[in-house]
Amino acid sequence: MRKVPAEQVKKSVKEALIRMNHHLDDSLLTAFRKARDKERREVSKSILDDLIENQEIAKQGVFPLCQDTGMVVMFVEIGHELTMDYSLEDVLNQGVKEAYEEGFLRKSVVKHPFRRENTSDNTPAIVHFKHVMGDQLRIKIAAKGAGSENMSKVGILKPSDGAEGVKKMVRNAIEEAGGRPCPPIIVGIGLGGNLEKSALLAKEALFRDLDDESDDEDIRQLERELYKEINALDIGPMGVGGETTCLAVKINTYPMHIASLPVAINIQCHASRHEEVIL
Amino acid sequence: MKRLTPPISEKSLESLQAGEKVFITGTVYTARDQAHIRLVDEKRPPFDLRGSIIYYVGPTPAKEGQIVGSSGPTSSYRMDELAVPLMERGVKVMIGKGDRSEDFHKAMLLNKSVYLIATGGAAALLASKIKSRKLLAYEELGPEAVYELQVEDFPCFVAYDLHGNSIFRRASG
Repeated sequence: MRKVPAEQVKKSVKEALIRMNHHLDDSLLTAFRKARDKERREVSKSILDDLIENQEIAKQGVFPLCQDTGMVVMFVEIGHELTMDYSLEDVLNQGVKEAYEEGFLRKSVVKHPFRRENTSDNTPAIVHFKHVMGDQLRIKIAAKGAGSENMSKVGILKPSDGAEGVKKMVRNAIEEAGGRPCPPIIVGIGLGGNLEKSALLAKEALFRDLDDESDDEDIRQLERELYKEINALDIGPMGVGGETTCLAVKINTYPMHIASLPVAINIQCHASRHEEVIL
Repeated sequence: MKRLTPPISEKSLESLQAGEKVFITGTVYTARDQAHIRLVDEKRPPFDLRGSIIYYVGPTPAKEGQIVGSSGPTSSYRMDELAVPLMERGVKVMIGKGDRSEDFHKAMLLNKSVYLIATGGAAALLASKIKSRKLLAYEELGPEAVYELQVEDFPCFVAYDLHGNSIFRRASG
């Protein structure tokens, strides 16, 4: 059996959250630059220039990339050889609390759907646990803003609707969202499972590397086609029209009931802030 | 290069065209969801609404010695209905992000106000254009409180102009 100290877990979560709120992944920056060079209109170019300049300022560590520093989502894999004498969920939340307080990040979580009193420390995080073989603790962490989350969708199609049905639903969701989720966006799609599983798949798909592709031939094809079709919608950076509406489409799948085809679409804004910590 | 300096007169808005860049220098007031709910009910609002600019923003907390934390625009559509009575009382410019409702657009044209967007997510860049900040009202709302900001060369794009044009109307549509 192997022990992971609570202090180490907390510190890793805290540091990852502060870091991701100030530094964008290099792959994302490369994608911004490519998108900028592709645009023909001044206004679309100018918005992408703002994003490039913004991350230059943010990475100096004073100003976070976005004022919406998100609600925290974690996917945690616990190896079977690990032992813990503490509540992992409590320690993870402690890491969130310290990150948002000490890192001067915005506390964006309220307690009640109608009374809306702020919890004052950005907890609780939304944590999903999985028990796996091995002796590692893997924590995928994201700070997810509401502008893009608010434009996400879940629906259950008929199996006969097939790939065309999925594409139609995705295109409609993106078209309806327009400039609101802060394009250029990354589109996470969950196909399969049931109502809640499809949403989890879509969320987890957003953690994939920006330039990877699905291992499944049909799904890879669908990712490529949707990428093209979404970019043909002419929504463009911040909805002002242009060549780049999405930077990537990521589809994750899971087995499902013979009678259903669950589809979840989780939209990520251009400031895709996530990181994986392995302890 | 177009510039706007508040207080804003109707005349200064006439030449603005949807899609063009405009820089603001002067006083801007912050207000988003909860502050709007309160402002529409105020007999004596905490600032003079006439000729004013409202920025839809809820910044990150300022560090010690810092004027303001990151300050990018939030989605404007949530303020569509509440913005109407404020325009009727003189608000001339609103800054946010994203498209707005047909009803808002009509009311905006009727009141001869304009809607600008700032680049969503460019919160660090936009914060660097804010030169001072003063709390005016609703401190208990935290990031949603109303502040008076002094901005310098604050970069925006004209989203809806006085002539019925929109930055969001797509070339293909």
